[in-house]
Amino acid sequence: MAIVSRGFSGRRSATDVKLPPGQYLTTDFPVLSAGPTPHISLDRWEFTIDDGSNVLKRWDWKSFRELPTETITVDIHCVTRWSKLGTSWEGVSLDVLLADLKTDLPYAMFRSYGDYTTNLPMKDVINKQAWVAFKFDGTDLAPEHGGPARLLVPHLYFWKSAKWVKGLTLMSQDKPGFWESLGYHIYGDPWLEQRYSGDQ
Amino acid sequence: MSSHTYDYLDGNAAAGELSAIFGMDVTIAESQCAHCGAIKRFAEAHVYMQAPGVVARCAVCQHVLLRLVKARQRAFLDLRGMTCLILDTSRFLESGR
Amino acid sequence: MWRVGTVIALHDETATARTITLEVSDWPRHVAGQHVDVRLTASDGYSAVRSYSIASAPNSEGRVELTVERLPNGEVSPYLTQELAVGDRLELRGPIGGWFVWRTQQTEPIQLIAGGSGIVPLMAMIRSRASTGSAAPFRLLYSVRKPEAVLYRNDLQTLSDRDNKVSLTYAYTRATPKDWPRAPGRIDAALIADATWSSNLAPTCFVCGPTSFVEGATDLLIASGHGRDKIRTERFGPTGDRK
Repeated sequence: MAIVSRGFSGRRSATDVKLPPGQYLTTDFPVLSAGPTPHISLDRWEFTIDDGSNVLKRWDWKSFRELPTETITVDIHCVTRWSKLGTSWEGVSLDVLLADLKTDLPYAMFRSYGDYTTNLPMKDVINKQAWVAFKFDGTDLAPEHGGPARLLVPHLYFWKSAKWVKGLTLMSQDKPGFWESLGYHIYGDPWLEQRYSGDQ
Repeated sequence: MSSHTYDYLDGNAAAGELSAIFGMDVTIAESQCAHCGAIKRFAEAHVYMQAPGVVARCAVCQHVLLRLVKARQRAFLDLRGMTCLILDTSRFLESGR
Repeated sequence: MWRVGTVIALHDETATARTITLEVSDWPRHVAGQHVDVRLTASDGYSAVRSYSIASAPNSEGRVELTVERLPNGEVSPYLTQELAVGDRLELRGPIGGWFVWRTQQTEPIQLIAGGSGIVPLMAMIRSRASTGSAAPFRLLYSVRKPEAVLYRNDLQTLSDRDNKVSLTYAYTRATPKDWPRAPGRIDAALIADATWSSNLAPTCFVCGPTSFVEGATDLLIASGHGRDKIRTERFGPTGDRK
């Protein structure tokens, strides 16, 4: 039974902004990492879409940067409880990357340089819900924040926004990625507080 | 082979959590990496604590040795990255004996 | 496995670091170099856990001293260094760690290398040696930003002056005392050669501090001939926090 520490309240602060349950507002940008920061040179970088057997689409950095981009401002929510509001990113929408790709495979495993993976339903990455982002706050995305490019899926907990993303593998069934296989929720909606497997 | 950004700690940083689970000191345990075969003290592993969970990596090849997530009343522990963990069972958790 | 310690004394070591002396009933007696996990719990159940090295020598009175550096954006260190009062209670888990330890039975030469708050567990080793009258040859190389940031200056002075002393060398990285013979800078091969035990003596080396400091110092030791198996390390976070 924990004793209460007199006068301790932690980093939480009352705010009149509505945050998902259990979150606190931060003004800095914490760096969370499960491994060493990969350093990928742009002449080696590529983004591929495959279905487990065949590569369906591939971009190198040059062809990727020729795609139309968007600048978006979104709130992000990390499962470690910090939320950062009004973050500005520039990236290529998954709608653009998936355009004229005919598939009925309903799930995707996003893959990163290093060994990180995260799974998402395809319905959550289309229709302006996901981007491959390469700029944060107007400047090139720093390596510790996922640069050269990271996935950005702001409507779900930020562990789904895989840093150093290098592609996705289409799947017929949902399979858990790096954190989803170790107790984190398979979907991760912060507004339903779906942090851990077994939540709602 | 080392990362240029020093964002890791070592096995000592995860010792509290892991020793509580194992019931004995893991820093002096030796672990064999399932990827490269290196046998090293767990204290020497590269441990990433700034994450949704604890990730310990082989200091030689950087592959994951162990992962731990504390999810409210449950702890999820993945040891697949180690061929084995070699623990000294003659030592109790509290040293000084 | 969480024990409760009562704060019996507080002592400011520097403008930003404070030593907290706790009395912990049924404390199982630690070994120099070990650390504890401290847990703070708010009234709504929210809790935070941080690791701190034990600064005090092993003793039979259940006395545990922690030296905490206040981090500018810390969640726990501002509380421990500014809010916590004598009489308050803290939850502790430990002592933890059996690798980065010095036991009083050891007789070989010991080389201690501290970066910033990495001095804390090494101080426990120095104090342990003093309290048991051990004659094990100890040298300390203490790298710190500036003179005002030095922890335990008086204790270290005393222990380096007396017979059976610990040889002490300060290395200042940003600002030095007046007329200091060495310009500010990180430790380098020359300093290792001048101020540490030669690898011929096969000392056991303990290196503690932020990860980048530990990596740099370890590389220098290996380059000067020490075997990797003779070097034990404990890495703190880049800000000096253990977590």
